[in-house]
Amino acid sequence: MNNSFVIKNLESSVGGKEILKGVSLEIMPSEIHAVMGPNGAGKTTLVMSLMGNPNYKFRIQNSEFRINGEDMFNKTSEERAKNGLFVAFQHPIEIQGVSVLAFLRTSYKALYPQEKIPLSDFKKQVVEALKMVNLDEGFMQRSINEGFSGGEKKRMEIAQLLVLKPKFAILDEIDSGLDIDSLRIVAKAIGGAVKKYKTGILLITHYQRILYYLKPHYVHVLIDGKIKKSDGLSLVRKIEKGGYAAV
Amino acid sequence: MQQFNTSHYEFGFHDKLKPVYSTQKGLTEKTVREISSMKQEPEWMLGIRLKALALFFSKKLPTWGGDLTRLNFDEIYYYVKPTDKQGRTWDEVPKEIKDTFDKIGIPQAERKFLAGVAAQYDSEVVYHSISKMLEAKGVIFVDTDTALKKYPDLLRQYFGKIIPPADNKLAALNTAVWSGGSCIYVPKNVCVDLPLQAYFRINAKNMGQFERTLIIADEGSYVHYVEGCTAPIFTTDSLHSAVVEILVKKGARVRYTTIQNWSKNVYNLVTKRMFVEEEGFGEWIDGNLGSQLTMKYPSVYLMGRKARGEVLSLAFAGEDQHQDAGGKAIHFAPETSSVISSKSVSKDGGRTSYRGLLKVLKGAENSKSTVRCDALILDPKSRSDTYPTMEINEEKVTIGHEAAVSKIGEDQLFYFRSRGISQAAAEVMIVNGFIEPIVRELPMEYAVELNRLIQLEMTGAVG
Repeated sequence: MNNSFVIKNLESSVGGKEILKGVSLEIMPSEIHAVMGPNGAGKTTLVMSLMGNPNYKFRIQNSEFRINGEDMFNKTSEERAKNGLFVAFQHPIEIQGVSVLAFLRTSYKALYPQEKIPLSDFKKQVVEALKMVNLDEGFMQRSINEGFSGGEKKRMEIAQLLVLKPKFAILDEIDSGLDIDSLRIVAKAIGGAVKKYKTGILLITHYQRILYYLKPHYVHVLIDGKIKKSDGLSLVRKIEKGGYAAV
Repeated sequence: MQQFNTSHYEFGFHDKLKPVYSTQKGLTEKTVREISSMKQEPEWMLGIRLKALALFFSKKLPTWGGDLTRLNFDEIYYYVKPTDKQGRTWDEVPKEIKDTFDKIGIPQAERKFLAGVAAQYDSEVVYHSISKMLEAKGVIFVDTDTALKKYPDLLRQYFGKIIPPADNKLAALNTAVWSGGSCIYVPKNVCVDLPLQAYFRINAKNMGQFERTLIIADEGSYVHYVEGCTAPIFTTDSLHSAVVEILVKKGARVRYTTIQNWSKNVYNLVTKRMFVEEEGFGEWIDGNLGSQLTMKYPSVYLMGRKARGEVLSLAFAGEDQHQDAGGKAIHFAPETSSVISSKSVSKDGGRTSYRGLLKVLKGAENSKSTVRCDALILDPKSRSDTYPTMEINEEKVTIGHEAAVSKIGEDQLFYFRSRGISQAAAEVMIVNGFIEPIVRELPMEYAVELNRLIQLEMTGAVG
């Protein structure tokens, strides 16, 4: 499919240990897919392998990973980002002395080299994005993630998503550590990106709550490195009642 | 002799300016007498020079720091005079020298903005302008040779009093052959709003540069002095050995900022010291890029009650470079406080050393000091060491010392790369971020230049 995010029979290992044992997914623009699963099912491995973290190794035979038809296996992390892939990390990294603005500006220039946005206009976009996740504009000049609370880091990841407008975004436990108000704000901002930029979302989560706000089109259950079941939102209720054993 | 990759050194150019006069290579009493007579100095200064020369011959080179074994004092020119006349206005400055400044990239707008520009070219100040504003306030800002002619009493009173020639071999050397440098006097309660700036540059083969700077900030005054250095490439070893003496009187404040980027064959061996009187505040901001070996430990001597001193030191060592830098704080009086903060980056086999001294004398009660040194090592070939010395002879003091060595984390790089930023660009950003707490203290144009230099050092190109 030309306009899609596709993985087929993905196998991935970390430190020689096979974690993903054949995962397939297909995400179209504006679609929201949720992946749920117990601890150790391979959720983080899925995120890290897709973004090209050098510690995670794919087995390429009989597998496929394409964005808009283009093979991603032999691409570096930065090339994948340039192909429209984004990750909101579970544990965003603190970088001393690099401001949010400088970081985003450098990133934006790398992702959209042909666009020439004056700094003042770019700042406006950043302020706008920060506002969407309820962060005041002072954050723009702060070192990225340094001294941020857990919730602020998560919201900053979503602000980055809004500025960078990826085609497909993987959100790794974006809801963990968020209070109910923040959760609502973050869900609304993600929904906004889906609507405005047609971003396709792969939402990795432990909890049901965010799914009731975001209403994913598909819910996948990842157990022991494989997708055991895929269905609509009703699957969430089933898990809520009977745990993963009920799937 | 190590060959340089010239593409890595943006300012590695030589212009064709011929020195009008230079002394013979090597150092003898005759050389010193020649320098003094060329400058038509008073007899007492010649006396100081000759005494210092004897001290230089009698003293040994330090063996505790970097490797000085290849430094050959006989292979150096001790005085080079590039032009006969001293420029008074910009128009009078020789074209070739202006071209040099163009290449260094001192913007036109900035020149206008400067309160005064003293540019030392070889051993002689060729251009020196003082704005009317400074003169009206009674501020003296001249090269030290001129100061000796126009304000001999000032020099007689203070020259060599803060750093006596006997302090160390290189201070003795500088005292014997000094030339150029800046002399500043700020009268009582006068605040100099704009930073006073000087650009230094070495340009004759095998020429040592021995500038001598003296700053006296009278009671309640304020001045910020900024020097920036870039130098062309030489084919043989070269020596830069300056002495900077500063007196911060009661309630005054002096900030001295240096960004130096000597070419990578220069030995940069500098003695810098401030005496800070009661309730005064003295600050060194000292950035060391370039040179093959730098040994520099700006010091604050806190002489009066409640005097404060701060040393911010920044070092970047690339291939075949050793930056041995740090700071010294000596507490003589009660309720004095000091901060020494050092950041160093080593790369491609470069070596950084933090060397510091914190000394609290008996009776300096309720003094406080914080020493913090952070080193960033970019690859396994590179090296960083910490040599802190503490001599605390008073019990009622508060002392903090922290040291940290870090590497660029894989997780940091991955975070950048996941946002489309290449590893090389990420490393530049991380290094600039690491030194940001010190860069933040620099005037804007220096901050920009420094970030540019870091990028150049890291990637070999300015993007």
